[in-house]
Amino acid sequence: MADARISVPSSVARGEAFEVRIQIRHPMETGYRTDDVGKSIPRNVIRTFTCKYNGETVFAARLSSGIAANPYLRFFVTARASGEMTFEWVDDAGTRGSDRAAVTVA
Amino acid sequence: MSAQEMHDSARRRVLQGAGAFVLITCLPARAADGDLPAIPAMTKFLAGRTPRRERIRLDLPRLADNGFAVPMRIAVAGPFAPGPFVRTIAIFSELNPVPDLAAFEFPLPLERIELDSRIRLAGTQQIVVIAELTNGNLLAAAAEVVVTLAGCMDGT
Repeated sequence: MADARISVPSSVARGEAFEVRIQIRHPMETGYRTDDVGKSIPRNVIRTFTCKYNGETVFAARLSSGIAANPYLRFFVTARASGEMTFEWVDDAGTRGSDRAAVTVA
Repeated sequence: MSAQEMHDSARRRVLQGAGAFVLITCLPARAADGDLPAIPAMTKFLAGRTPRRERIRLDLPRLADNGFAVPMRIAVAGPFAPGPFVRTIAIFSELNPVPDLAAFEFPLPLERIELDSRIRLAGTQQIVVIAELTNGNLLAAAAEVVVTLAGCMDGT
């Protein structure tokens, strides 16, 4: 799914913390809004977000309707070995999204 | 010095004093050092423990014109090794319909704790962030944000 924009450095030094930035395209519908005919729009927000690094969870988030639409996260991860980062998220509707990025440790 | 000049300098002093007064009264003294606001979700998370108001920084704009997307940065000052690391960071809202705004987990030791996101705010309120270390110690910071346009339409 191309529903996220991810930024990780192409090359990082072993043992150093490196910056990860991700923005996921998602309405983060609060459930408090109504549509044109006054019908309430059901809540649909991303509940969980996980970042794995070579299969190991390095960062996890539990989100709510208090996170702005198109949620943006910036966090740090310790560089251990070259490999792949995978990002996964699940919303209230049960829709799963995922994306990945490659990391080279020098 | 003419009477007119003396009058001007007196007026300037009064204006300077008034400016300083406005600046002091507008600083979020309550958020900086006072008691944390009473948020039931936060009290539940703390479970009787008292966090220390140190090492953690919560950056939020003092004034948000629009509560739909308010930039937030949380930073916990290191170094951590060889001592305890940050395990969990939880954010609580004083006024939002969902007070448990978000929680973040760091399962592995990490030397740099810096976290950015954009949050929704239902109105002028305090936001509290609490970090739990691997040894169970708690660190807390709070910030007050004045919100002009609320970020959710639920009648609150």
